[in-house]
Amino acid sequence: MSIANLSYRAVFSLVLKRDLTIAMRHKDDIINPLLFFVIVVTLFPLGIGPEAQTLSRIAPGIIWVAALLSTLLSLDRLFKSDHDDGSLEQMLLSPHPVFILVLAKIVAHWLITGLPLILIAPLLAVLLHLNEQSYGALMLTLLLGTPVLSLLGAIGVGLTVGIKKGGVLLSLLVLPLYIPVLIFATSAIDTAALGLPYSGQLAIIAALFIGSLTLAPFAVGAALKVSTN
Amino acid sequence: MQFDSFSAFLNMGGYGFYVWLSFGVSAALIAGLLFSSLTSHTKVIKQIGARQQRENKLRQVRKNRQNSTTNNPNEETQ
Amino acid sequence: MWKWLHPYANPEVSYHFTGKILPWLGALATLFLSIGIIWALAFAPADYQQGDSFRIFYVHVPAASLSMGIYFGMAIAAFTSMVWQFKLADASAAAMAPVGAIFTAIALITGAAWGKPMWGTWWIWDARLTSELILLFLYLGVIALHNAFEDKNLAGKAAGILTLVGVINLPIIKYSVEWWNTLHQGSTVSKLGKPSMSIDMLWPFVFCFIGFALLVATIICIRFRSEILTRNSIRPWVRTLVSEHLSKHIAQEKNNAI
Repeated sequence: MSIANLSYRAVFSLVLKRDLTIAMRHKDDIINPLLFFVIVVTLFPLGIGPEAQTLSRIAPGIIWVAALLSTLLSLDRLFKSDHDDGSLEQMLLSPHPVFILVLAKIVAHWLITGLPLILIAPLLAVLLHLNEQSYGALMLTLLLGTPVLSLLGAIGVGLTVGIKKGGVLLSLLVLPLYIPVLIFATSAIDTAALGLPYSGQLAIIAALFIGSLTLAPFAVGAALKVSTN
Repeated sequence: MQFDSFSAFLNMGGYGFYVWLSFGVSAALIAGLLFSSLTSHTKVIKQIGARQQRENKLRQVRKNRQNSTTNNPNEETQ
Repeated sequence: MWKWLHPYANPEVSYHFTGKILPWLGALATLFLSIGIIWALAFAPADYQQGDSFRIFYVHVPAASLSMGIYFGMAIAAFTSMVWQFKLADASAAAMAPVGAIFTAIALITGAAWGKPMWGTWWIWDARLTSELILLFLYLGVIALHNAFEDKNLAGKAAGILTLVGVINLPIIKYSVEWWNTLHQGSTVSKLGKPSMSIDMLWPFVFCFIGFALLVATIICIRFRSEILTRNSIRPWVRTLVSEHLSKHIAQEKNNAI
């Protein structure tokens, strides 16, 4: 079977497997953003003071902002090494739709950075005395929200991957786009702390997720075509 | 005219500082933008002109060199 | 049907066309702005609640709505450039970005200066001010991306993609900020609601608004012309234009010396 007649699913899983294998060989790529996430969250009590009441009030915001920043930190790797060794160009030249390839890469990125973040978040929530009723909301918002971060961030990476010092520029481009996710996620967690239903906020984050899932890969594809020229 | 005197106009019913601050800052920003746009236009023209002159000079030099080689072929062979 | 538009897709034609309308635009802008500003500052009646601080409104509101309008203009330009591979649209988008950023900054600063006497603080996380701040970030991102690329054509394409992503996000951001604001609104009394506009307040506003819009058009025209020149610097028409301009310049300098 030649490469050209692979089905979409086969292409998707091929790229996904490739990216996951590469990530498994560089384990520090997975651990470092996670470590950053933990350290940023620990800095806040040191800066603000250890009162449990204050901390539990601001815990959702801190955890989410730290999640945004650590995602941002890990984004750079999404296309960088592939761009440097030329395999990105090969992918864009392949007969398969860019949409599928880009989506596979983004899913791989989320599995590498988003998922560990979700798993470690409850631990940090304990450190910040998060309200006991909010744990479910925290996990659900992270589960729905971090893919949005990866998807939107991929657009920024696609635009800056050809630029030498793209790191700082990336944060300037991407962070404003993260604001809606931040607002609705923290508000869902806050609402959950009051014991009220937070399905409305979750629905909006889900809508953001679906919207960015369908639109972002096209934008990333266009951006990559500009960057690889 | 809403104001009795010039000092009343400057005072703006006690809000003078805020009113003049916002009008002044806006005027300054717009003036700066206008100035930079105008100077950048002449700068662009000058840049293109400078590059053109450099290219012309290079072309001239190349032509001279060609001429000299075609005119005195003996010098080259010696 | 659209054939009359086609000549303007030529950089040379649109360069000369904008050069022709530029003085008229500038003159009209000065006319409307001077009438509007003098009327607003000296002749418009003071608001019965806010007193003379209400006069900031005549700068703040036009700047705020123009800052949004320029972003949408940029998005339309980016869209046309992407769909029809129309390079002049990129040049116009590049010309709009700094103008939009400056007007967003003006809206923010005048908003703060209005908020201080009305709310008692320079900054308040008011929905409109916050979304204006985020709009400024979006503008700065577009400008930074423009500057990051050496090749202006590539820069235009990249910035176009970012602008389109931003324009899809802008309503979402705006509504989420508004929703967030109503959720967290404490005891602040919003006096910046709809001011009761009487006719003698409205007329100077109309003049100011048209004046600022014309001013924006003028500045965008000036920047658009330099963008056209940088993007077409190797074309023969630019070369002759530049050499004519420079020779005129040199002749002028000689005259001055004599």
